[in-house]
Order: sequence, then C-alpha cells, then structure tokens
Amino acid sequence: MSDRPHPVLIGIAALVYLFLMLPLVIVVGAALSDTTYLTFPPQGLSLRWFQNIFEISAFRRTIVTSLQIALLGTLIALLIGIPAAYALNRFRIELPKWLGTLFVLPILVPEIVFGFALLKSLTVGTGAPIFLSLLIGHTLIVLPYVVRVISASLASFDFSIEEAAISLGSAPVKTFFTIVLPNVRAGVIAAFILAFITSLNDVSVSLFLTGPGISTLPIQILAHVEQFFDPTVASVSVLLMFLTVAVMAIVERTLGLTFLAK
Amino acid sequence: MTARRFWRRSGATGWALTAPATLAVIGFLIVPIAAVIAGTFMDPRGAFAPYIAYFNSGFRTTVLFRTLQISAFTTIISLIFGFMTAYVVSRAPGKLKSLLIVAAVFPLLTGVVVRAFAWLIILGRNGILNQTLLSLGIVNEPLEMLYTQGAVVVGMVYLFVPLMVLSLVGVLENIPKDVLQASSSLGASPMATFWQVLLPLAVPGLIVGAVLVFTGSFTAYATPQLLGGERQTVLATLLQQRAMVSFDWVGASTIATIMTVITISIVLAMSHIARRINPMAT
Repeated sequence: MSDRPHPVLIGIAALVYLFLMLPLVIVVGAALSDTTYLTFPPQGLSLRWFQNIFEISAFRRTIVTSLQIALLGTLIALLIGIPAAYALNRFRIELPKWLGTLFVLPILVPEIVFGFALLKSLTVGTGAPIFLSLLIGHTLIVLPYVVRVISASLASFDFSIEEAAISLGSAPVKTFFTIVLPNVRAGVIAAFILAFITSLNDVSVSLFLTGPGISTLPIQILAHVEQFFDPTVASVSVLLMFLTVAVMAIVERTLGLTFLAK
Repeated sequence: MTARRFWRRSGATGWALTAPATLAVIGFLIVPIAAVIAGTFMDPRGAFAPYIAYFNSGFRTTVLFRTLQISAFTTIISLIFGFMTAYVVSRAPGKLKSLLIVAAVFPLLTGVVVRAFAWLIILGRNGILNQTLLSLGIVNEPLEMLYTQGAVVVGMVYLFVPLMVLSLVGVLENIPKDVLQASSSLGASPMATFWQVLLPLAVPGLIVGAVLVFTGSFTAYATPQLLGGERQTVLATLLQQRAMVSFDWVGASTIATIMTVITISIVLAMSHIARRINPMAT
C-alpha cells in the first residue's frame, strides 16, 4: 500500500477538502466584519457582532434553553441508555435481537416525522409543557448514539472479570460501578459528547416542539436569518464552532480523534 | 448464594435493565408515529382519501419527485467525490491521515443551520460568488443562484460528503491489504487493482453510505428551507408548512407517512442487498 494514489485523485481530494473548509472560513470572516451586512473578506475587523448576540434577548434565552435541554437530555439518555447497553451485551443470549434494533429506531425514522408525531400526541394531545416535550424529544434522538457507542465499548469488555468479582462476594450493583463502568469510561465520554452536540444542533425535532417563549438556538437562528441579513448569525455560528473545537479537544485529550471515525 | 440466583434470573434482569429505554422508545416514538400513520387511514372521506388527494395534487406530487430527485443527485455526487477522497485519505501517511479525518469530522459536528447559512452568504444575490464573478467580469449582472435546485443540492452535498468520506475510510481500511498486494504482485496494474479488486470489495460500504446520504437528504429540513425557499419546497418543508402554518393535520400526517414508508423501505431493502452481496461477510 506504499504506492501513492494517482495525482489526479490527490488533486480531487484536495478540492473536496477546500470545498469543506472554505465556507466555514467565510463564516468566520463575515462574523468579524465591521459592516452591517454580510460580506467576505471582512471590511474592518470588529467583535461588535459577538456583543450583539448577547444584546438580543432572544439569542440569550435560546442559548440557555439549548444548553439546558442538551445537558438534561443527554444525562437522561445516559441514565436509561447505559443499563440498556449493558443488558444488551451481558444478556445477549437471553434477550431477543429486535431489542437492539428498537433503540436505533429514533435515528431510523425521519426526525422531522418524529418531531411532528410528538407535537401531535404529546404537546397537543396531552397538553404537556413545551420544555418537557422538547426534553423528551431530545432525549430520544440522542438515545441511539448513547446505546450504540456504549455497546461498542462493552463488546470488547470481558464479562468474566465481572463474574469473578461477583463470585468473590462483591454485590452485583457495586460490581457494575467499580468494575464494569470504569472499563467503558471512554465510551461513556464519547457517547456524552456525541449526544450533547447532536442535541445542541438539532433542528428537525425542535422545529415542532418549540413554542411561544421557549425556543432553541438553531430555531432562533433560522428565524433570524429569514428576517435580517446582518453578521449576528455568523457570530453565533462562530460561537458554536468554538464550542465544537473545544469538545473535539476534549475528545482528543481523552480518546484520540481517530476514535470518531470508527 | 444470592449472587448465583441473580445470574440465574438473568433473563428477567436483562429485561428490567432495558425496560426504561424500551418504554421510552415505545411510548414516545412508536406510539405517536403509529398514531400519525393510523390517523391517515381513518379519514371520514374513506380509508385512502388523504393519499388520493395527495397524488391528485399536481403541486404535491411535484414536491415528492423534486425531493427524490434532489436526494438522488446528492447521493450520486457524494458517492463519487466521497469515494475518491476516502481512497486518498486511507492511503495517506499516519499524521496526515489523522489530520484529514479531523478535518472531515469538524464540519460534521458543526450544525446543519450553520452549514446551510455559510452557503447563503456564498450564493446570495450580493454574495461572495456573485461579487467575485462580477469583479472578474465573467458576468455582467448577479446570477440568481439561491432558491434553485442546484443551490439545494450543493448545500446537501456539503452536508453529507464528510459523512461519506468518514464511513468509506473505515470501509477501505477494513479491506485486507494482502488482497491488494496479491493483486499487484500477480501483475495487475494499479488501475486494474482499483476497478477489479478494491471497488467490488467496497460495494457493501458504498451501499451503506448511499443509504445514509439518501435518507438524510430525503428528510432534511434546514438546508432546503434556507437555500431552496418556497420555490424549492421539499417534503420536509411541506410537512412543516402543512402542520405549523395551515394547521392541516391530515395533510401533514399523510406527508409524514409517505416519508416514513419510503425511508424505512429503502433502509430495509438496501441493508438486505448489502448483506447478500458482501463478499467478505463477517
């Protein structure tokens, strides 16, 4: 495999990467522009559009809501997803195969259909509060990532270690927390990060579940873009990219980035 | 002895541990979606009335075909460029390879709204592309690029190429290197090895990638909404309009059902095919 790919192929790959990176560079440039309209390259550097994000109360509110929903939704998904992933691996023979498929359903059915269905049966059907509906929706869309990533970690865990601990007198619950969980720590961190980012960026489910007074950041961005064409949205985008870089740095520190490609 | 009894009841323990997640998926996903689908068949005008109405409407069938067309273009373009890029990435030396993988992961972790917005700045009437073309004298007046099918396809390809590259790099790296070495040491040219050995072995992975991209673009909302607007209405944006603007619940449910049925059929059919033709089934 030492022979290099054809130069034409290398050229095409380079263009594909340019295509991937350039739009993001343009967004960063537009965010720094001193003009009241979107432009690139930036004319005059300024951070005023970043300040503007926090002066618009709708952005302030939705950033908080988005972070709350992403954090709570991810934690609940971990709370119900970790036991499920554990059981799917530990009791592989006893449990039916379709159970594994069940937990992947939230990413198999179109998200937008799921959002609409929740609106119809939960928000309208039972009159559930908006925040609760949003939280339930987000918990479910991140559940597949949690179950799959942690299952993948557990697949390489040797359950005889756990059995050894139990046969030596350790209580099953205590064994889970002292033996099993520490061994799949990397998987739990990866699941948390993937779930958090997925929830933070979600549009299709939130679209139906946000309501008067409560909205998430991506929905607020959509609404803003349709009315104004100023660099505020570019600044919010850069803020979100920063968050992504920070998260990637954490992943790199704990797991190494090639982990994400698997 | 309690420990041993614990293990003997393992079946029950397994069910108990999966119960909260199972109930959540059934209660908040399966039941609501089943209710949406069932609702379309309980129309007072007759069981299939909403579907007859849907397919009798020229506008709505156009939207369905437009959505299928956009998804097909997106899938084909992403497959071609994704495969070539993944091939180069999989052969890159260690350090560069991880850098290239990071560069593909980053856009993937950036939200869809941000990525569609970037193209709004580029393709707009006063956007960067138009400014560049005007200043270079290539065009005399700004081109109308936004709100065209091309704009939506570009936005979607931008959305899905990283996904394709990453999943294909995994596929290409799982192909045993001995197989390729055997091919070249037996005298096959690099091109022959590529077309006759590497590509056939990658087909199952290509199918999985194509399904991901097709279903993803078939149900995408933010990109067609921002780059296509009303002129390029697709199923997802039509569903949102029907539900949130016209409050036409039956119409919205009909669209939701059509989207679900098409998506699930494609996933099931393709995963069946991919499993059957996998020459190196594990």
